[in-house]
This record gives sequence, structure tokens and C-alpha cells, in this order.
Amino acid sequence: MRSAKIWSWIAFAAGMLYFFLPLIGMFEFSLRARRGEYSFDAYASVLGDPQFRATFGYSVLMALFTIIFGILLVVPTVFWVRLKLPRWRPVIEFITLLPLVIPPIVIVFGYIRLYNTSSWLPLTGTAMGTNLLLMFGYTMLALPYMYRAVDTGLRTIDVQTLTEAAQSLGAGWITILARLILPNVLVAVLSGAFLTFAIVIGEFVLAALLNRPAFGPYMVWMGANKAYEPAALAVIAFVVTWACMALIQLVTRLSAHTRAQQR
Amino acid sequence: MTDLPPPKAGRRVSLPLNWFGVAPFLLFALLFLILPTMHIVLGAFRTPAGDFTLANIRGIFTASIMNAFWISIRISLLTAFLGCVAGFLIAAAVTRGGLPGPLRGALLTFSGVASNFAGVPLAFAFIATLGRLGFLTVILREWFGFNLYGTGFNLISFLGLTLTYLYFQIPLMILIVTPALDGLKREWKEAAETLGATGAQYWRMVALPVLWPSFLGTFALLFANSFGAVATAMALTGSSLSIVPIILFAQIRGDVLQDPHLGYAIAFGMILLTGIANLVYIVLRTRAERWVK
Repeated sequence: MRSAKIWSWIAFAAGMLYFFLPLIGMFEFSLRARRGEYSFDAYASVLGDPQFRATFGYSVLMALFTIIFGILLVVPTVFWVRLKLPRWRPVIEFITLLPLVIPPIVIVFGYIRLYNTSSWLPLTGTAMGTNLLLMFGYTMLALPYMYRAVDTGLRTIDVQTLTEAAQSLGAGWITILARLILPNVLVAVLSGAFLTFAIVIGEFVLAALLNRPAFGPYMVWMGANKAYEPAALAVIAFVVTWACMALIQLVTRLSAHTRAQQR
Repeated sequence: MTDLPPPKAGRRVSLPLNWFGVAPFLLFALLFLILPTMHIVLGAFRTPAGDFTLANIRGIFTASIMNAFWISIRISLLTAFLGCVAGFLIAAAVTRGGLPGPLRGALLTFSGVASNFAGVPLAFAFIATLGRLGFLTVILREWFGFNLYGTGFNLISFLGLTLTYLYFQIPLMILIVTPALDGLKREWKEAAETLGATGAQYWRMVALPVLWPSFLGTFALLFANSFGAVATAMALTGSSLSIVPIILFAQIRGDVLQDPHLGYAIAFGMILLTGIANLVYIVLRTRAERWVK
């Protein structure tokens, strides 16, 4: 029994060593910009770069639009499937898992071929159209996570009874969705939203192949042209990912707290 | 035999109305998921003029593209295997090894972050750590007098890419296997001990056979996961290492060959491999769930 415990500690310590060395490495490297001493010069250089601000802002904006569109697309669908088409749930669920099966690079290849300037829906012809296509692509990437989160959220409430109660009080579909369903799955929706944010903010393949000035392609460009700035960017990206995950934990914990109080 | 009740008349009318509610979703899935994929798959079997052909598929079997597929498959198999083993050992240590309880929550939270910390920043972190001037390379040289690059090690290589991919593979395994480990019932262990089994015998003859389907399933998932990874490889190697996603990327950008139909065929090969891997995952996952709960 004692030897089992020792082996457990060894496995855990080896894992931690592997996980933390690259994090320490990237942080240490990002401080080396000034010769002979540690400094935050690389960060200053990155944060002062107008390209950084432009691309980061673009990606944040894309993430926000993706989240809004994703919520508008997923919440009514999950609701409707639970209410009226329960038998089709496996089919819909299967569709939402497809983005995990088909590599994103293949799907975006399809976009480029299908929606080019000579097609019936020439989305890539204009900057605005390409932005729209990119947003659809990001929604597609986030679909498995968003759908799963909202579906789990709706499982805890009795959709049928609540909807009938609302209808007998005279509520329309929009009212039911906005004032009954959405508040009930808010935690799930927020979890999905933060995960979407984490995915979109550093995404590279879709943005690069659709030629949009997003943060991912900017990072790759910096990686090819600068020495210490990429490490600083990696630290920033890591902090953003941590923040998103921390927010998910926070909203989940807060909601568990309020639920417990209500009982 | 009793008479069957007559079919309800109202059912026919209400069906299209019911579908109306999911129409936006189905339209979205069709336009931005299914049609683009179909276009690629069909394109792989078509000439530019639109006739059926197998020439594109045959185009994959040229030395350079076959080689890229082979490297990709080997990297994916190796990182899936190592990711499974390492992730399992760490998860088992935390759930079953008697380590303090708070470590478990911390590990799961960290795994959630690390499995999402893929792509470009991950490549930068490894360059900063194991690159020629990286943190670890420098420490090994100055403190231990060990010249890592003198041994022929190079981060921009098969080994380097494997080491980097493991950073998102291991946490994913931890996240998936922890619930399965929790599903191992205490009674099984007690029963095994009553019958005189040692700890190793319990793992070999009880726990591992139960976990086996979920093991293999996760292996398939990790395989697909690393096979489709593009951004990490691009940022790490530029385009000097020819793995399939990088070749496809170059093909789409149009910097290599101007034959989109060969691109279709390569993409089709990717779908085929990740599709099979995911199918294996789904099938084994449902088998594994019999034991959990």
C-alpha cells in the first residue's frame, strides 16, 4: 500500500513537471527582451503594437458576435427538440458533434470552394461577407460545446409543464424563450459562451485561410519575425484561457449556491 | 386480434409545423457543415469538368503525400498512446493513489485549461522552453553541462512535435478517464482483496478489463484530435515538416500545386481517418458506459 502511494506521488510529480516547465519557460523567455536583465520590454512592445490592438480587438469582436449568434441558434433549437421532437434528439446531437469529427481545415476548404466569388452565394467576395462566413465557421466550431452545455442545462427543468403554464397565461414563443427558457439555462449558456470565447480568440486556421486580420494569424506572423514577443503573446493567450475557464467555474459555483438557497 | 386504431388525421398536418422550429438550425448545419464537407468528398472523385474519376485518389499515392500521411499517422498514434498512458497514470494517482483530495480538483481544473491551451501559443511556449535558447535548454547546459542540441535533438522534428502535442493530449485523457476511474466500485476492490489478490493483480484482472473499452475509445479520440491539429504544427515548424494538415494548408493557399482536386483528395483522406477514429470512439464509449454509474 505504501509503495502504491509513492508511485502515485511520482506519477503526479512527473506530470506536474511536464505541465509547468513550458509555462515557466514561456514566462521566463518573455522577460528576456533586455540583454542581461529581466524586463517587461516584450510586453510593452506587444501592447504598444497597433497591429496587436487591431487584431486582438477584431478577434474579441468576432467572439462576441459568434456567442450571440450561437445563443440565438442553439437555445431555441434545444428547446424545440426537447418540447416537440424528442425522438429526433440523437440525430440533432449527432449533427452537433460533426465539427469534432471533420477537421476544421477541411470544412473551411469547403467554404472557400463553395462560397467564392463565382458561386451562388459569393460570401468571400466582400470583407463583410467574409466576416460573416468566419462567424458562421466559428459558430460551427463552438457548436458541440454550446449545444452540450445548453442541453445539459435544460435537462434540469420540466420544459413541457413550464411551457404549457406560460402558454395558458398568454405568452408567445418569443416571450417563452426570452423570459422563461433563457433565464433557466443562463449558467449553461454562459459556460458555453466563455468556452466559445477561448476557442475563437486564438483560432488560426479559419482566419488565416479566409484572410481575415485576426489574432491567431497575427501570432503566427510574430512567431516568424520576432524573438521574445511571441512568448509574451503566449503568456497573454494563456491568461485569457485561464480567465475563461475561471469564469465558467465561477458561474457554475454561483448558480449551485443560489439553487441551494432556494431549496 | 383486436382492430388497430385508425391513424390520427391531425398528425400529418402538425409534422411540418414541428419541423419549422428547427429549420434555422438545420439550414445552418446544411450550409456551413454538411454541404461544404459533401463538396470536398464529391470533389475528390471528380475531374475539373465534373466527371467521375479515381485519378485524384490515386494522386494521394505519390511518394511525398503518402510520406506526409505516414508521418501524420505515426505522430497521431504515438501521441495518442503516450497521452493515454501518461494521462491514465496521473488520473489514477489522483483518484485512486491516496493523494490529498484538493489535488484532484486542481488537476481537473488545470486539465480543462491545458486541453484548451492548444494552437499557436502552445507552440511558442515549447519554443521558449526547448528551443535552441529555450529555458530548459539553457538550464541543462549551464547548470548540468548537458548540451541538449548536441544529442541531435531538435524541437522542429517528429520528437519535438510529439512532445508538444502531448501537452493537450494528456489533459484530455485525464478529463475523460477520471469519471471512468470513479466508476470503479469499491466493492470490486474489496472482493478482490478478500479473494487474496494483490494490488497489481486487482489492476490487471479487474480494473483494467473494465476500463479497457474507455481506454481504446479515448485512444481513438486522441488520434483524431492530433491528426487534425494544424495551428500548433504550423507555428512550431513553419512548414518545414510535411504532415498532412500542413500540406493541405499549403495546397489551399495555393503555394504548392494548383490542383484543387488533389486537395479534395487529401482532405477526403483526412475525413476518412478522423471519421473512422471517431466512430471507434463512439462505439467503444457506449460499451464503456455500461460499467460507469
